[in-house]
Formats: sequence, structure tokens, C-alpha cells
Amino acid sequence: MEVNQSIFARNDRMAEQNRGFFKAKKLLVLNVLSSPGSGKTTLLERMGTDLAGRLRMGVIVGDLATDNDARRLRTRGLPVIQIATGTLCHLDAAMVQQAMEKMPLDQMDLLVIENVGNLVCPASFDLGEKIRVVLLSSTEGEDKPLKYPPIFQSAHVVLVTKMDMAQAAGFDRETALNNIRRVAPQAAVMEISSKTGAGMDAWYSHLSSQRPA
Amino acid sequence: MHEVGIIQNALAMAVEEAQKQKAGRIVRMEMRIGRMSGVVSDALRFAFEVVSQGTLAEGATLEITEAPVSCRCRACQHDFEPAPDNLLCPECGASDFELRRGREIELASLDVS
Repeated sequence: MEVNQSIFARNDRMAEQNRGFFKAKKLLVLNVLSSPGSGKTTLLERMGTDLAGRLRMGVIVGDLATDNDARRLRTRGLPVIQIATGTLCHLDAAMVQQAMEKMPLDQMDLLVIENVGNLVCPASFDLGEKIRVVLLSSTEGEDKPLKYPPIFQSAHVVLVTKMDMAQAAGFDRETALNNIRRVAPQAAVMEISSKTGAGMDAWYSHLSSQRPA
Repeated sequence: MHEVGIIQNALAMAVEEAQKQKAGRIVRMEMRIGRMSGVVSDALRFAFEVVSQGTLAEGATLEITEAPVSCRCRACQHDFEPAPDNLLCPECGASDFELRRGREIELASLDVS
């Protein structure tokens, strides 16, 4: 007998619920994905500081264990909910739904979901975000997009991070940008350094342009 | 890797369908896996052997059909199957495309008895 049902049907339904809910709340929601150590948490720390007074930001952060990232972000005065996923390699729409019940969404303009550091599994799980952001750091090699096409293919924005380290790491910028363009031609690409702040203005303008009216 | 989770979901769907048909056993289960889904077929097969034990699908054959990637260029309307590392349109070189197939992870069909 024919079934023809998506394994992610349940997750996709919940993600659509989340999306509708976020839209009604006029909340801009980002799903931030990368391999471990590409600078997700450092990026969010920088954003928390730079956007203070401009955009009210909150964070949901997923990791297998510890609340280290949440503690780092809380010191910036941001509302943060940590999801410890145990052995699970990704966040799903239901986890986000539970976590957001504990957040002061009415006092927020921007919700950033920092996914589990992993370039494979989180690609399959829609969380209801408006913008999917994939990070590629200058220290992890130009060919990451070629090795992990699905996650880059699903990105709305690719941020090339740690540009302040690019020279020391021998980062071949042209090759990296070309690889991203080949695998993810749909994505807006920005080069940034969360440490020096280089390129952050372009990223913030992009965010402003995506805010719900 | 979440192949175990995928198989658990697929099995739950299959068992539900089988019970609707009042079937006693699932003999064959077919899954359709897009080449751009990031799912590894061998890992699925291994997970299936373990997870199906003690269910209606114990001993069933798992068939995996790989679904090709299919894109349509929004600039020139050309349909193409891209190489994994190059999604630019082979006709006009444009980078604006609609991914029509290739990400699916589905329970396609079942045989029950």
C-alpha cells in the first residue's frame, strides 16, 4: 500500500505553527547553524552588546550538555533559555515551542535560536524561523560547503566568521566565497569578525530589512 | 546522525498504517530518501534492524529508493539535476533556482500480511 508521508510531517506542522505565532508577535526569528567552534556564541554576545537599545534580543540555545553558553550570554543581560538535548544532535520545532513559553516574547523583537553545533542533522529540522543563518569560520577550511552541501543549501544567509583570523589561518577567501556561491547561490553572504566588529553593520542592516512590519 | 530517530518515526507511521488495515505483520517497508537530505542509507538499514525488533516490522525488508535532486532555474526555466557541489544552472549560469525534489525523507509504501 502507498503511504507517501514525510517523516518530518509532524515537525513541519509544528514549525509552521511556530512561524505563524512568531509572525503574530512581530518577532524576527533566526536559526543559527554551524559546526562546533565556528563562533556562534561569540557572534550572539557581540550582537547582544551592539544591538542593545536598538533591538530587544532573546536567545534559545541548544547543546548536548552544560549551560555554559547560556551563562555566557546572560552576563550580557539577554533573556536566555538553554535546552540540553542529551544525546540528540539537533533542535526540533517542539523543543523550541516548549522553550519559548518561558521567554518574555512580548518584550522582544529578535529571537535567536542557537542550534546544536553540527553541520548534518539540524539541516532537516525547520524550527519556524524566518532566517536560517549558517556560519563558516575562516579557520575551518574553504571546502566545508562542498563537504556539507545540504546545510549550506538550506541557508538564507551565510556568515563567514573569524575574518580577523583569516590571514593567520591561510584562509583562501576567493575559493571559499566561490564554493559558497556554487553550493548555496540563494544565500546572502557576509564576512564578519565578532571580535573586531568588522562587517557587522552589513549584517545588522540585513536584519533590520527583514523585520516584520 | 539522527538515522535512528528517522527510523523510529517511520516505524511508528508504518505500524499505525498496518493497524488501520488490521494487519498482523509488516513484510516490506519502502522509504524514499532524497540525495540532498543528508541521510545515509546504510545507517538507516542498520538502525532499522535494531529498532524494528519486537515490533510488527521485525524481520521485514527495508527498501530504500534514492530520489534524485531536481532544480528549476527561475531565470530560464531549465530543469536540471545538479551535481552536489554545483547548483548553478548549466544552461544560463544563473543562481536563482527552485529545489523541486531531493530533500525528501518519506515512508513511501508498505506491504503487510
